[in-house]
Amino acid sequence: MYSQGLIGADGQTNETPEFLETFQKRIDAEEKVEPTDAMPEGYRRTLVRQIGQHAHSEIVGMLPEGNWITRAPSLRRKAALLAKVQDEGGHGLYLYSAAETLGVSREEMTEELHSGKAKYSSIFNYPTLSWADIGTIGWLVDGAAIMNQIPLCRCSFGPYARAMIRVCKEESFHQRQGYEIIMTLAQGTPEQKEMAQDSLNRWWWPSLMMFGPHDADSEHSDQSMTWKIKRFTNDQLRQKFIDATVPQAEYLGLKVPDPDLKWNEEKGGYDHGEIDWDEFWRVVKGHGRMNRDRIKDRRAAWERGAWVREAALAHAEKRRARKIAAE
Amino acid sequence: MTVYHALLELADDHLVLGHRLSEWCGHAPMLEEDLAMPNMALDLIGTARTLYDRAAALEGKGRSEDDMAYLRDERAYRNCLLVERPNEDFAHTVLRQLYFAAFMHPYWIAAQDSTDGVVRGVAGKAVKEMAYHIRHAGEWVIRLGDGTEESAARMRDAVEALSIYVDELFDSSPAAREAEAAGVLPVRADLRTQWDKTIADIFGEAALTLPEAPYPQRGGREGLHGEGLGHLLAEMQSVYRAHPGAQW
Amino acid sequence: MTQSMPLWEVFIRPRNGLAHKHAGSLHAADEVMALQAARDVYTRRGEGNSVWVVPSAAITASDPDQAGENFEPTGDKIYRHPTFYEIPEEVGNM
Repeated sequence: MYSQGLIGADGQTNETPEFLETFQKRIDAEEKVEPTDAMPEGYRRTLVRQIGQHAHSEIVGMLPEGNWITRAPSLRRKAALLAKVQDEGGHGLYLYSAAETLGVSREEMTEELHSGKAKYSSIFNYPTLSWADIGTIGWLVDGAAIMNQIPLCRCSFGPYARAMIRVCKEESFHQRQGYEIIMTLAQGTPEQKEMAQDSLNRWWWPSLMMFGPHDADSEHSDQSMTWKIKRFTNDQLRQKFIDATVPQAEYLGLKVPDPDLKWNEEKGGYDHGEIDWDEFWRVVKGHGRMNRDRIKDRRAAWERGAWVREAALAHAEKRRARKIAAE
Repeated sequence: MTVYHALLELADDHLVLGHRLSEWCGHAPMLEEDLAMPNMALDLIGTARTLYDRAAALEGKGRSEDDMAYLRDERAYRNCLLVERPNEDFAHTVLRQLYFAAFMHPYWIAAQDSTDGVVRGVAGKAVKEMAYHIRHAGEWVIRLGDGTEESAARMRDAVEALSIYVDELFDSSPAAREAEAAGVLPVRADLRTQWDKTIADIFGEAALTLPEAPYPQRGGREGLHGEGLGHLLAEMQSVYRAHPGAQW
Repeated sequence: MTQSMPLWEVFIRPRNGLAHKHAGSLHAADEVMALQAARDVYTRRGEGNSVWVVPSAAITASDPDQAGENFEPTGDKIYRHPTFYEIPEEVGNM
């Protein structure tokens, strides 16, 4: 579950024009790039950053949903949510592994997350305040993620594309379970319906922000497109998401909280109101309601687990020594 | 009705322990363990659901598995005290898991001969799940017990703290005794030798010793719990109870 | 902690009759925990019935700089492929 235009990519690169041209030809021929292949430094840097952000988003994303596992209002929902949050952890793991093929370790990436240097999807800096938020996250956030992740399965970097194929396969139940939750609420008691509408009101705009800044303001987008790390622009994906989601909301009898939202026959899509980019940048830069808490929680888990990891390594060392002594 | 009560005890054990494990989700010592613990929790919750469903059918009042789980308060919960113990740290968590699985594994082996078809079905599935829980929790107990000084000390603390809850596992409530007499459930007291052996083998590798427990704690089967369970249930049941009759 | 958890490569056999195939990687302190983690991470949806784990450090890989000399000389040995030989259609499948 993730989808955010890469924040702060630096595609600058210093290779010779010949090298870059040969590389670009391979990309244009839809050849996949593998970790040991020669690649422009900017390409490598962009990937490390993007895959890292993606992995961090999965891991931090476990927290807002994990917030409701212990309160899920039926055993069926409890099991499904637990399995879903577990999946997010798995996706983080696959993605860290993909980034590790580029020579950066999971520990290094983890440290960057904990120090605030590495970014993650801004959506997870909003709090989950009701059970309906679990439905909305599945429906909107995972829905937005799918828009972004399906094209990533064709990303030019082999390990990333392979990780994404596994992720997409596993995520296919996430959005459905979210929509089912919201549908049950929307068709439930007046209080449940209100809970669903309130949740949509709070998550709609942050969901649109997940796709990242407008194309015109997204400086490094072009290079990522040329290198086929990215296949669609932020605005294209956002438009696709809106066009797919608005009818789903209508089906539920829920109102999308955008007075300017209307169908545009000519472009065959919806026009929408202005996104609050100040809010977006504020949250990205660490000033959302949950930024501090999220990092604090991740850091606490990591620090509290240190003695466990140390013990596992110490025991492994003893096992090796005993094995050698026995031989 | 007695079989109903005995199944409820068993279901409560599984739900409460599954819930405790699920509290770790997103906070485990390493990412790999963030995937391992939900697997165990899902096994336990799955077993609880089937048992609640069967218990509700035997009760015959048209209650659902969720009514069973969400509408009983702490005095009505019948789980043993071990499973409700708080997670504390990873040492407590894996030891609690090992103690429980080391009991449930031979239990489900025996329950494969139950006179109740649903119990036989659960047993066939759960016996494999518990075998894995013993392995996974057991390997961690070994690593922590024979790891660093700190981990060994934490592991010894966990043994000290949790061993007083072991004896209760082998007690059968009056309801359980009737279910045992009817061949629905295995006789709990018969499983002690197997449990002792499982633990002794693992503790041997972990450099741990099982202490005597001269004052074992009991009471879960009569609804006499520690204070933690009430909080667990208050949290778990909050949404369900706030909207009586709603569907989720 | 200065020492980091070793990396392992995971191979899974989806079912009998098929080969073990690379599924991904993970971190674990030793081979026993690596195997359990592989089971917990990579077989949550019935992906297989057998798992291998190999320390990533134990893999010897061909040098990408030698890819040309390793793999290109085979390109013109087209006589190794059945389509190189012309058999009249009347002879049937061969």
